[in-house]
Amino acid sequence: MDDIILEMQDITKEFPGVRALDRVSFQVKRGEIHCLVGENGAGKSTLMKVLSGVYPYNSYTGSIFYNGEEQRFKGIADSEQKGIAIIYQELALIPELTVYENIFFGHEIMKGRTIDWNETIVQARDMLQKVKLDVDPSIKVKELGVGKQQLVEIAKALSKNVQLLILDEPTAALNEDDSENLLQLIRELSERGVTCIMISHKLKEITAIADTITVLRDGATICSLDCHENQVSEAEIIKHMVGREMDHIYPRRNKHEFGEVQLELKDWTVFDPKKDREILHKCSIQVRKGEIVGIQGLMGAGRTELAMSIFGNSTGYRITGGEMYLGGERRYFRNPRAAIQAGLAYVTEDRKGNGLFLIQDIQYNMSIANLESLCEGVVINENEEIKVANEFKDSMNIKASSIKQKVGNLSGGNQQKVQLAKWMFVKPKVLILDEPTRGIDVGAKYEIYTLMNQLVESGMSIIMISSELPEILGMSDRLYVMSEGTITGELNAEEANEEMIMAMAVSS
Amino acid sequence: MKEQTIRKEILALLRANVRDYIMYIALVIIMAFFTWKTNGVFIQARNLSNLINQAGYIAVLAIGMTVILILRHIDLSVGYVAGFSGAIAGILLEQKHINVWLTILIVLLIGLAIGFYQGLLVTRLKVPAFVATLAGMFIFRGLLNISLQSTGTIIITSATFNLLSNGFVPDLPVDLGFHLLTVLVGIAAICCFVVVQVKSRRNRQKYNFQVPSPSVFILKLIGISVIIALIIGVLASYQGIPLTAIIVGVVLMIYHFMLNRTRLGRYIYGIGGNDSAAELSGVNVKAVTLFAFCSMSFLASLAGILYTSRLQSATPTAGLAFEMDAIASSYIGGVAVSGGVGRVTNTLIGALVIMSLTNGMNLLGVDISFQYVVKGIIFIIAVAFDVRTRSK
Repeated sequence: MDDIILEMQDITKEFPGVRALDRVSFQVKRGEIHCLVGENGAGKSTLMKVLSGVYPYNSYTGSIFYNGEEQRFKGIADSEQKGIAIIYQELALIPELTVYENIFFGHEIMKGRTIDWNETIVQARDMLQKVKLDVDPSIKVKELGVGKQQLVEIAKALSKNVQLLILDEPTAALNEDDSENLLQLIRELSERGVTCIMISHKLKEITAIADTITVLRDGATICSLDCHENQVSEAEIIKHMVGREMDHIYPRRNKHEFGEVQLELKDWTVFDPKKDREILHKCSIQVRKGEIVGIQGLMGAGRTELAMSIFGNSTGYRITGGEMYLGGERRYFRNPRAAIQAGLAYVTEDRKGNGLFLIQDIQYNMSIANLESLCEGVVINENEEIKVANEFKDSMNIKASSIKQKVGNLSGGNQQKVQLAKWMFVKPKVLILDEPTRGIDVGAKYEIYTLMNQLVESGMSIIMISSELPEILGMSDRLYVMSEGTITGELNAEEANEEMIMAMAVSS
Repeated sequence: MKEQTIRKEILALLRANVRDYIMYIALVIIMAFFTWKTNGVFIQARNLSNLINQAGYIAVLAIGMTVILILRHIDLSVGYVAGFSGAIAGILLEQKHINVWLTILIVLLIGLAIGFYQGLLVTRLKVPAFVATLAGMFIFRGLLNISLQSTGTIIITSATFNLLSNGFVPDLPVDLGFHLLTVLVGIAAICCFVVVQVKSRRNRQKYNFQVPSPSVFILKLIGISVIIALIIGVLASYQGIPLTAIIVGVVLMIYHFMLNRTRLGRYIYGIGGNDSAAELSGVNVKAVTLFAFCSMSFLASLAGILYTSRLQSATPTAGLAFEMDAIASSYIGGVAVSGGVGRVTNTLIGALVIMSLTNGMNLLGVDISFQYVVKGIIFIIAVAFDVRTRSK
């Protein structure tokens, strides 16, 4: 007889026009690591929000049993009190406060009517030790990298005596090292009796860590797989997620000849006045027509900085050396507008932060970078705009009720497709994709890869920045590896392997 | 069966714009309340004409403020920029004896320059708009006082200038017992409206887009035509259309067109929604922001001219608390406190709410201090309601 800590029965949750969850049931055993997988929009996050009380009792149907008792959470405070903690993809720390203030934020240690700061610091040290984070608790959270911030979040959860820890894509923003650390920590927590539910898209880490895997598809439970009874393969998970066999994760590209050099950087050197140091040093890269060039490197290696400094440099870096050539001509762009007009496009890694207009609809987001082409004089031809947006929606298979739907309400994969449509409408010569498949599901990934292949076959050049080694190897024709602001290697995709790349990525 | 589908369609339309309709209803309730309390004086043509002439400047300020608020900035200086502009107008007209039209042009250009200066502070020096315009509030209040220090209040004698906020569109030289030109303008307005609507519907059909069913479409046309006819009817029974109404109408149309049909308008909404995404989409965020501040101070100067014309004098007290009315009008009209959302047409309704409250309470002889309290409460209710409906 297994000890069941959590059981959710027949959970149904509806939003206007959509049934996000349709009679979902699942069970979590005490002390296990339970992974929840599914395509974007499959209902994973919604399910966790039901569990944690973000969607209060009565806004859904079905029942939740926790430690054998039925629960009716009215808000997060209720679930937290019972020892359920949820850590979101977007971290909820306050950057300007110190680590110890953050850990005990909301449940401060009191001495009478005032906060006992000394005790707080002592206990914070203790929590940090538990998550194996060796930092001074009195530094500000904003000084820490994403990986360490994640650990602070977990320390915060532990300080609340968490029994059931929910992690929503904890490694999405982490590099390989930090991810490995985090997974190790999750294992140790589960050995100490903390039950973990983890949502993730990274099948490799799921198969490595999970005790049980539950697959959701279209708001319904497809199956729960016990990883101890028999080995679960990635292919099997993918099959359940998409409901069909996936032959290739990376679609085949017709072999074609590359054209002349489209974009070239020579000794590109960039200084960041805010950090007061050089962030890129003598980077030289070449991208030919019809070629996908991968740029790989660990977080902080300078990949996004490279892209931003090429694409109009809106962050205010100083280009202190080197040259850029576009189509053989020496160029420098003072702002993104100039870069766009010259034929560059940049799909950002942070689609919610600086990619999309979440409060605007799909139509708005698709046309914003190329309104010129829709204008007659100063007036926008809105009918033409709607037509174009509808064409993109259909051709890219964007799942939405209409192009008038707000982008903020779309799933990650569909948001990414909207971003891509926006930049395809600009018809660039060089398309820079920064982590194009971060946080999106297998099905949408495949569609995006297929699209990339079509684009290069039509003569576009693509620069793909990615942290995921298999993706870089699977998609690039050629790739550069970056480390600490310099290009440490150039490889042909056919001769490259993960070990070679990693070796270059950690060298300097 | 057919009736049911029509009802369904109307209900869906109503539900999609529920916030707007509640605002219209609120305005009607406020107007009905004052009509009842004043035994019908409020709704008389004479009073409504007065209301527009007295408070048209609030509408002008509110339209400019809407753009600023959509961009997630604020302009606190508008009141004293308006006051200062009025003082300049008085000095130019009465002391320098400059032609009325040239005076107006100079004052508007000064407004533009003020906006340029404040816009530069915000975009180049990155001073938060709140601080930059709070400083402006000090500076222009001071300049207003300095410029009128030697003379005190300047009485304006130019009849043309004073007509701006006291006069009406002149009638044709025939006497029919009502204002013929106003009626003609009204008929023309209704025709224009119908033609534009029909054209846009045809255009959408050409693209195979969904359009409202014919019966709903005709209902909408009739409904809005009736409203225009009613307003025109009331005005025609008095002296016709106030000049201020024409000025406000023109400003409204220009801004409505700019925000909804041009690239600049798109960019304004984009920057308000996510400025870094706008920058990376090729929008010149600084230039658009600078434009917004220029437009704001330009309109503040126009408001100053209207106010001065109404009082037929430039006084050192002009401009007090104008910014409060302008900001409140925008928020009551549904501009999102978090930016990125707002429509000038609804802002005009918000301004009408504020204007009706002021006018109605004045008619009732309510003490000015109480008026502030009442306006504050209405303001809070509107914004609280807005935040609630938006979070759904």
